[in-house]
Amino acid sequence: MSGEHLVEVRNLKQYFNVRTGFFRTTPLKAVDDVSFNIGSGETLGLVGESGCGKTTVGRSILRLYEPTGGEVYFEGKLVTSDNITELRKSMQMVFQDPYSSLNPRMTVSDIIGEPLDIHRLYTTKKERKEKVLGLMELVGLNAEHATRYAHEFSGGQRQRIGIARALAVNPKFIVCDEPVSALDVSIQAQIINMFEDLQEKLRVTYLFIAHDLLVVRHISKRIAVMYLGKVVEIANSDELNDNPQHPYTLSLLSSVPIPDPKIARSRKRIVLEGDVPSPLRMPSGCPFRTRCSYATEQCAAECPALTERGAGHFVACWNK
Amino acid sequence: MSDYLLEVRDLNTSFFTDNGEVKAVNGISFTLERGKTLGIVGESGSGKSVTAYSIMQILSDTGRITSGSVLYKGDDITKWSKSKMQSFRGKHCSIIFQDPMTSLNPVFTVGNQLEEAILLHTDKSKREARDRAVEMLELVGVNEPAKRVRQYPHELSGGMRQRVMIAMALACEPDILIADEPTTALDVTIQAQILELMQDLQKKLGMAIILVTHDLGVIAELCDEIVVMYGGRICERGSVDDIFYNPKHEYTSGLLRSIPDVTGRRERLVPIAGTPINLLNLPKGCAFSSRCDKAMKICLEEVPVEFELNPGHSAACWLNMKDMLASQDGGDCE
Repeated sequence: MSGEHLVEVRNLKQYFNVRTGFFRTTPLKAVDDVSFNIGSGETLGLVGESGCGKTTVGRSILRLYEPTGGEVYFEGKLVTSDNITELRKSMQMVFQDPYSSLNPRMTVSDIIGEPLDIHRLYTTKKERKEKVLGLMELVGLNAEHATRYAHEFSGGQRQRIGIARALAVNPKFIVCDEPVSALDVSIQAQIINMFEDLQEKLRVTYLFIAHDLLVVRHISKRIAVMYLGKVVEIANSDELNDNPQHPYTLSLLSSVPIPDPKIARSRKRIVLEGDVPSPLRMPSGCPFRTRCSYATEQCAAECPALTERGAGHFVACWNK
Repeated sequence: MSDYLLEVRDLNTSFFTDNGEVKAVNGISFTLERGKTLGIVGESGSGKSVTAYSIMQILSDTGRITSGSVLYKGDDITKWSKSKMQSFRGKHCSIIFQDPMTSLNPVFTVGNQLEEAILLHTDKSKREARDRAVEMLELVGVNEPAKRVRQYPHELSGGMRQRVMIAMALACEPDILIADEPTTALDVTIQAQILELMQDLQKKLGMAIILVTHDLGVIAELCDEIVVMYGGRICERGSVDDIFYNPKHEYTSGLLRSIPDVTGRRERLVPIAGTPINLLNLPKGCAFSSRCDKAMKICLEEVPVEFELNPGHSAACWLNMKDMLASQDGGDCE
């Protein structure tokens, strides 16, 4: 496939079989026919509400789940279960919860050093130690922290350990799954800045998954919006914020509480009716139609495809 | 001074743990007027939730109000008996919690739980209570309320459960509603529904709201007055505009600098250095001094006094004192 994209996701599908009765299982379409690509050195933000499949997309790309359908290409090469161990040297992940994603029985140097062990990235013990200390310095941890255990650290510092672990193999691509949402505001800013610095220094590419739209807008060049397992809109992040097309994006943006009282007072919220439908009982056609005020008969009959409306701005909606 | 609905005076709350006394709330005072919304902002461990629990006296076994008073219509409720407090909770003052998943009882129907509150605090009959429960669910925008009262909490979505919690809290028409991170566990579109609902209900019923949250966006949308807490103390208080456009405490301005710009300008964020303080050993001086780049000698030595800068806007920061003294006599002070 084309060479300029670092990661290409083509028609990715990830279904889980959920037991819905004694003998019956129903496929839960966590991710349904999702395609996008990420350029080298770019940050793509992936937003959506809980249960929309954004985390599953990230995990399927790294083959933490075996996808039900579709392909992922990394540097033009098809990712398969055979070459994924090798590819994980270039693709890594930072997890949401810094409290459960670090092994409590391992010291910091073991946690950060484990990827080095797995991929045999050193020849002598001294080299391993140097590499670990270098990584710790890179993420702003002190050398004396190396022998401590994860529980001795605060949330922000634990997240730094998780990031150092992801960076250990010198990856080109990192999936950041809600890396700051478990942190306090003042610590969030420290970690966001660090992500930006690391990108500049190491030229890494991020898929930045989050539900906080202000954070995503700040860090991403482009943003993809997901709803019930489908991407409904992708655009440049300023374009998406200034000129949202899909009715879901519109209400999502207007729902974000703005930390500025004057703007908050003058703004009109577009409050959506009802709840997200259960992914086990997806509506026919467009998944958003049950809450959409523009919905027509066509929306119930057929699911709109993602089509380009203006440079790089893709929308999946019949009415826009 | 009893024209305030609620007045908290020099409240101190501590938890007595195996590792020593944790001073969660250290001498805070504030007032709440009828029909107004007061926001309490702070990070985890700042004492904002403990303040709310202290007002309701629903602290865990190890926690205790060590000194200070909470006046409800001029009457000190910290002196009230257990049974009198029981009638205070729910009838005069209600609380909704962060997590709607765990704050409803899973083995009773929604209707049952709503009726319990009504039967406890009013002399309504069982039938009237059931009608009131349905009416309350309708008020908070639950569809098909007559059917919902027979359902169990697990049958409802997160947003619906939070609506039920609000219905329960408002069933006896309290004067005060304390909302402890009411939308933190919810998605943005559901959060917008709940915030809109709280604003509507306040207009309709006229209750005062104490909104406890870490989300500055929610605060900006809902509150009239704001109290900013750090390390169990109040560092700044004022109107929404005072706090957002003219912050006078280094912690408040630090918080505002560390959130991404709302207009989408991608300026680098300015985080607050360091990590939140440990309440087990509070520093001698200002709790924020170890993370403040403008800290002076006095900040490390003495706890700053709260200091009114403009009517209704005050901050506890030695820098303001220094500025003021400097402008008064033109000399310097260290």
